[in-house]
Amino acid sequence: MIRVTLPFHLRTLAHVDDEVQLEVEGAVTTRSVLDALEAKYPALRGTIRDHVTLQRRPFLRFFACEEDITHESPDAPLPAAVASGAEPFMVIGAIAGGR
Amino acid sequence: MSRVRVLAGTRKGAFILESDGKREKWEVSGPYFTGWEIYHIKGSPADPNRIYASQTSGWFGQIIQRSSDGGQTWETPGGGPEKSPQGWPMGESNKFVYDTSPETGKPLTTHQFYDGTQKPWVFKRVWHLEPSLTDPDTVYAGIEDAALFRSTDGAHSWQELPGLRGHETGPQWQPGAGGMCLHTIILDPSDPGKIYIAISAAGAFRTDDGGQTWKPINRGLRSQFIPDQDAEVGHCVHHIAMNPTRPGVLFMQKHWDVMRSDNAGDQWREVSGNLPTDFGFAIDVHAHEPETIYVVPIKSDSEHFPLDGKLRVYRSRTGGNEWEELKKGLPERNCYVNVFRDAMAVDTLDSCGIYFGTTGGQVYVSSDAGDNWSAIVHDLPPVLSVEVQTLS
Repeated sequence: MIRVTLPFHLRTLAHVDDEVQLEVEGAVTTRSVLDALEAKYPALRGTIRDHVTLQRRPFLRFFACEEDITHESPDAPLPAAVASGAEPFMVIGAIAGGR
Repeated sequence: MSRVRVLAGTRKGAFILESDGKREKWEVSGPYFTGWEIYHIKGSPADPNRIYASQTSGWFGQIIQRSSDGGQTWETPGGGPEKSPQGWPMGESNKFVYDTSPETGKPLTTHQFYDGTQKPWVFKRVWHLEPSLTDPDTVYAGIEDAALFRSTDGAHSWQELPGLRGHETGPQWQPGAGGMCLHTIILDPSDPGKIYIAISAAGAFRTDDGGQTWKPINRGLRSQFIPDQDAEVGHCVHHIAMNPTRPGVLFMQKHWDVMRSDNAGDQWREVSGNLPTDFGFAIDVHAHEPETIYVVPIKSDSEHFPLDGKLRVYRSRTGGNEWEELKKGLPERNCYVNVFRDAMAVDTLDSCGIYFGTTGGQVYVSSDAGDNWSAIVHDLPPVLSVEVQTLS
């Protein structure tokens, strides 16, 4: 079971109150986790990564085990602690100012 | 007794303001979609309980929201636990993908960027949602980078009308200060095939065949900020309004200049007349008097606030040229707000109501066609759009 934490606005959109739990088949990577997340919560499709290019939205980051893994390959294995469910995969909205 | 429902989109959510036909006492609900920019929220003329909203964010992109109960509850169409025939989750309602299919013959073309280079179109957000006049499940979306999309399944899925973006002048279109946005969509009630749109900064376009082919309708416009001042395209049209009882008579607030066309945009003439400044964004037409029009003059393109700190609406009862100042109930001093292009609307009650929202968070109403004004709310986030539904 993979644990994923989401920013407030994405939790609202997905109608979840807390972190979500996902079953991921095969290798646990950023791509497979996001695929599973979007399959379970279709309203999130297009909000974390572009529909077509699957590029991460510029103001979102991915953290795990106190590391910023945003720029790792989406197909790189996530840390064992994330794969085992001991630590969450975190989707973070960057502090990017605003108006 | 008739009622009105005002739909206000703001920088930090949507608000719904409701009143009976007197338009004196108001109930305010919201914010809906708190924290998100609501560029536009508009009800279906065919079913007033059906409302569409464009919810957008620099972090999370575009969401389309839909209500089927007059705004009490909302859903993201296609965002539920439903599956396509292939077993994939749908979640298509926020998917705006430019049409590059071989069938249409419209590959992803390019447009002019600020630095003069050509850039491919990139989807950024939905500026305007225009529900069909006859079918609650059909709705048009004007997007940035400028293109027109349509949904015929209640905003579950969207398809581009690629003939517009593929127009031969496309490479000459360029962004205005707010981005290269398609912000105005007008459906002609007398001719289902006729649609008017406007783009900053390309100009106005019209289709007579339901969106397959388009022609620029900018003859008569003059713009000092382009090398050829009366070019076919390149004009920064801010908004266009049309009284549905007089299709083909159009009023335009251009970057500078208020314009009028009596032949569906084929030719425009300036009707700025005695306006103290003819820069502005919003323009609208009285519901029952098609020669009565409203604008909110703004000082200049670099000073987006009213002249002398006095908020004024100007009304022409002669279809332009002769304008009168409307100020009763509006701020007399120290007012430095703006009124955006989609932030003015009219109701269809016998005594026509005029509404507009400001970047200062006020939504003003006049229940007597502009003679007297009052603020329904004072302190909303900056108002991006205002629409009104007249309910029986």
